Amino acid sequence: MIYLNAFLFAGIVCVIGQVILDNTKLTPGHITSMFVVLGAFLDTFDIYDQFVLWAGGGALVPITSFGHLLIHGAMDTVNNFGIMGLFMGMFDLTSSGIVAAIIFSFLLSLVFNPKD
Amino acid sequence: MDKNKYKMLVNKYTPKENRLYNSLIAFIVGGLMGVLGQFLVSFYSYYFSIPVKDASVFMIITLVFLGCFLTCLGFFDKMVSFARCGLIIPITGFAHSMMSAALEYKKEGLVTGIGANMFKLAGTVIIFGVVSAYLFGLLRVVVMGG
Repeated sequence: MIYLNAFLFAGIVCVIGQVILDNTKLTPGHITSMFVVLGAFLDTFDIYDQFVLWAGGGALVPITSFGHLLIHGAMDTVNNFGIMGLFMGMFDLTSSGIVAAIIFSFLLSLVFNPKD
Repeated sequence: MDKNKYKMLVNKYTPKENRLYNSLIAFIVGGLMGVLGQFLVSFYSYYFSIPVKDASVFMIITLVFLGCFLTCLGFFDKMVSFARCGLIIPITGFAHSMMSAALEYKKEGLVTGIGANMFKLAGTVIIFGVVSAYLFGLLRVVVMGG
């Protein structure tokens, strides 16, 4: 059942992006930025957590989960350190994705050449 | 030829994109990415017997690797131009944008090429994410008390 939810959730997020891409002059860069902001916004009111519970991995795959994880990490340290925690924990949960992207991109770009 | 006539002619001959078809493809491909993500989370949490929260980190690393590796082999550009948002919105799009920037600027050298340009496309996601998360976090701390 959770697989169906994951399919529906990730699919619907992608369709929203595709509709925006087709009907406006925004580039994919605009759309991914908008979705990250949207994810952070939804998580401010703990809505995105409900999506994660409902759709599992389907809610973690779209880029909206990046915003959700940023604010989650920040909130964890806020509980311990107060308002300064906002600066401390923001990358705690997202670091894996960013570090993986940097490491793989750098190492693979040393090995491979661009294909035309 | 007056302007309106010219506009009509241009509209007539620009190839029409089938928006419904694009959306359907994005839905199916994006949905399959979600299913793959969920499958990887279940697989890792079962196979390594770790909590779901850690398994989802493993899943993100796997998808990032897949995005980078397929971009290197040259498949991913074709897949992105076919599925559009179905692959741009998932985390693979983030990996793809970094990998293709790194490949594209490779010839300009390690520091001025790869180092300086890797975040050219992906940096916007991180910057807007951090700024919005900071502001929303501040709102949460001030208004809702954390």
